[in-house]
Amino acid sequence: MNTPVLQIQNLRKTFADFTAVDTLNFQVEEGSFFSILGPSGCGKTTLLRMIAGFLEPSSGTLLIRGKDMTTTPPNRRPVNLVFQNLALFPMMNVHENIAFGLRRQGLAGREIGQKVEAMLERVHLSGFGKKNISQLSGGQKQRVAIARSLVLEPSLLLLDEPLGALDLKLREQMKIELKKLQEEVGTTFMYITHDQSEALVMSDQVAVMNKGTFEQIDTPRNLYSNPATSFVAGFVGETNILPVQVASRRPLQVATSFGLQLHATAGIDLNDSDSLALYIRPESIILEPSDSMKHINRFLLTVQNILFDGSNTKLLATIAESDHEFTVALPQNQQFAHIAKGDHIQAGVHPESCRCFVR
Amino acid sequence: MKNHIRLSLYIFLTPVLLWLLLLIVIPHIELLIMSLKGTDDLGDPVWTLANYRHFFTEQIYWYTFVRTAVYAMLTTVLTFVVTFPVAFYITKVVSVRLSGFLTIVLLMPFWVSELVRVYGWMILLRESGVINHLLISSGLMNTPIEMLYNDISMMMGLVYTSMLFMAVPLISSLEGMDDSIIEAAHDLGASPPTIFCKIIIPYAAPGITSGSIVVFMLALGNYLTPTLMGGKNSLWFTEQIYNEFIASFNWNQGAAFGFLLLALSSIIIWAGLKLTRQELGRALS
Amino acid sequence: MKKLLFAATLAFFAMVTAAHSSETLKLLTWKGYAPQQLVEKFEQETGIKVELTYSNNEEMIAKLRATRGAGFDLAQPSQDRISSVQAQYKLYQPLDYSKINSEQLITSMLEAVKKNTKVEGASYAVPFCYGTSGLIVNTKLAPEAKDYTALLDKAYTGRISYRLKRPTLIALAFAGGDDPFAKYDDPKAYKELMDGVGAKMIEAKPYVKNYWSNGDALLEMVRSGEVTVAMGWDNGGWKLHAENSDIDFIAPKSGALGWIDTFAIPAKAKNVEAAYKWINFILKPENAAVFTNAEKYATASKGAAAHLDAEVRDNINRSFTEADIDNIKWYPPVSAKIEQIEGKILDTVKAAQ
Repeated sequence: MNTPVLQIQNLRKTFADFTAVDTLNFQVEEGSFFSILGPSGCGKTTLLRMIAGFLEPSSGTLLIRGKDMTTTPPNRRPVNLVFQNLALFPMMNVHENIAFGLRRQGLAGREIGQKVEAMLERVHLSGFGKKNISQLSGGQKQRVAIARSLVLEPSLLLLDEPLGALDLKLREQMKIELKKLQEEVGTTFMYITHDQSEALVMSDQVAVMNKGTFEQIDTPRNLYSNPATSFVAGFVGETNILPVQVASRRPLQVATSFGLQLHATAGIDLNDSDSLALYIRPESIILEPSDSMKHINRFLLTVQNILFDGSNTKLLATIAESDHEFTVALPQNQQFAHIAKGDHIQAGVHPESCRCFVR
Repeated sequence: MKNHIRLSLYIFLTPVLLWLLLLIVIPHIELLIMSLKGTDDLGDPVWTLANYRHFFTEQIYWYTFVRTAVYAMLTTVLTFVVTFPVAFYITKVVSVRLSGFLTIVLLMPFWVSELVRVYGWMILLRESGVINHLLISSGLMNTPIEMLYNDISMMMGLVYTSMLFMAVPLISSLEGMDDSIIEAAHDLGASPPTIFCKIIIPYAAPGITSGSIVVFMLALGNYLTPTLMGGKNSLWFTEQIYNEFIASFNWNQGAAFGFLLLALSSIIIWAGLKLTRQELGRALS
Repeated sequence: MKKLLFAATLAFFAMVTAAHSSETLKLLTWKGYAPQQLVEKFEQETGIKVELTYSNNEEMIAKLRATRGAGFDLAQPSQDRISSVQAQYKLYQPLDYSKINSEQLITSMLEAVKKNTKVEGASYAVPFCYGTSGLIVNTKLAPEAKDYTALLDKAYTGRISYRLKRPTLIALAFAGGDDPFAKYDDPKAYKELMDGVGAKMIEAKPYVKNYWSNGDALLEMVRSGEVTVAMGWDNGGWKLHAENSDIDFIAPKSGALGWIDTFAIPAKAKNVEAAYKWINFILKPENAAVFTNAEKYATASKGAAAHLDAEVRDNINRSFTEADIDNIKWYPPVSAKIEQIEGKILDTVKAAQ
């Protein structure tokens, strides 16, 4: 087994009376696309800056390819960072920007030229070398910033929410491009974002971070379908949350405040608490389930609104005559085109899709 | 409609053009004419290039000019060396609130006239001045030394009076610089000295250029500081122009010197811009 | 607030109209030549407002030359700087001596000034005050300084100060045994003489502390003991003597340089009548004495001596013997050519290392 590209052991960073990163332990495997997903202020940028070398950890060690780099300055680390605002050098043209790191390595002019050209081709910017930074579009700047770091063939490429400044369409496009690029070059990417869609689409592994610690490190699929904590369940993907009381354990049955009884699955160990939160994903709700479906929870929905958004169309409904709002994903196969505001519909959900966490 | 716009354009442009014409062009034309006039052996006025020829044939004149120009350049370099760390500190190191305060502190001495500032320095540096007094009363020295009236004190005075004109463009150009580009350079393998040479200096280049031009011109055209703080050897070219006009009544010669100062300093600045590959328009925008 | 604004506006207009209605006298003069006390008295007596502009000989000429004699009603150049300037640039208008109360004036001085400022048959100036340039010496620290040669003396290294201006050249020429005034008409000989003086000054340059340009700054340096031998005006030396009896003005052996400052009316003066009024006013014995008591300069006013402070009278007796007074070298009128020769030599001295 190869040594992991990055190993973090008991890493901690405190500022005065605030703990930004709290005793982290994890590793990143060679060639993977690793994302750290968390809300703003969760400590992910602090972690990134420690890995890049701009911040010194309060305690703990940081190994890159097995070598201790805890106190190595940024310019001596085989790690490069793509900044959130890209931080391209405005006084240099595209070629000079990309060549900057190579020149620092003392490479010969010809070699630099070749590498830069190859890299420009790789990010689809052939012929842009002489252009000034101010002449580029947002997406092109993005690619120059990535190329500038990638050309140094770092052990680990850090990306600090680099798509944040782009408009939605471009962002969607860049997501795919980045993923492809990473697969082509094989460099390990460590990607930081608060946008769960970016993390889920691109990553091999995602670490969900909250208040300085990792809640769960897993594949995107597992993160989505088997969230380990209520935070992950709530943060990753859309979800309907209902406060419930335990009606019986084994098999777990819960009751809502408005008297609906549901069979459910425990997320993690529930200890003895009776007050739970029930998480149901919008797409797990089955509309007008056939009677042949056994073992599903059934209830009545009252349609309040239809939020048409193409493939992402949703139904806003209240559940079982209560005033609890519920979001339901609406399949776009015209099967439910007849549904209108104020309709009452039968709905159901599998007990496995009803996940309970401690409130 | 189009005529309306054109008319208002003329109305707005007229004061500017008048200002240029009345305050800049006409006096210079008069000076130019004056510089081309002289008297022949009979004392009658004639057109002549003698005033310009004098500058090159009389060693003392061009010697003074070269000396003045070299010292003005030195002033520019020293002012940059002294001011840059200050500007960098104010814009990049301290908090925004403190930086505003520090900028004002930096500008404060310039609310009083240059004469007062120069006298302030003279009070500090003179033989019976504050610094000598402190050194003697603290037992570090036995006899006072004269710190005024030499080239070093003159340079110091020039640097001091020029600092503001370097600090303001430097601060404004460094303020526009995103800290992350320094970090990016560091991350891409640049050591701190390399970051300074390859990132910060090129980024601040327009500010440095405009500051340098202003400081150079001010030092070259300064009269007060070299006369008051400079020593007995410190003949400054402007002093020579003053002497021609006021002491020798030779306005024609003085006007010629004035034009030579204008032409030669323009050449020096042009050469400086070429050498550093800067553009005037970009530096002054 | 509105009332205040109204009052302020009213006051402003009142001031403007007052300024317009009353006459003004624009006086281009030296610092100290128009004491505040006398200006107020004059304004009271005549109702004419006095506007002062301070200057020196060179700048006075430059200012008037720039406007071709306009902008001022009365100027106070030295008598030797009038005739050549007048011949070349026509800066002044001939004086009407009948309008001057000549009974107040020392007759010989008036006649001498008339003679020295005569251009094409007309005279242009009335004497106001006179004084001399010589040595200001700290007699305790430099007891041997009796002549201008002390300014070149190695013994006083770092304690010497003088002005890099024409009086210094002339003084050193006299100290060398020559008479530069006699060579005014022969520029070639004059240049030769002054080249020699310049060479001596360059040779002795290491001994000089600095070349002073501001009279008050010089006095401050002598007062603090930084300078012990200086060339300066007699009144400066006397002012310092009043503070510290070691310091005094000394009439040099080869002769103090005597100057007379005058009144001359610029060619395009607006208020000529006021100019004559001021001349007659300030030369009244009691007024002239006010000036002399303050500035220590003697005036051309005949009866002023009676109104002088004893200390001021003592000054002259202490610094000048009978022989010293006879030995005063009065500046004769100087030509532009002579000044150009001097200018170049002075530049050379300044630039020399």
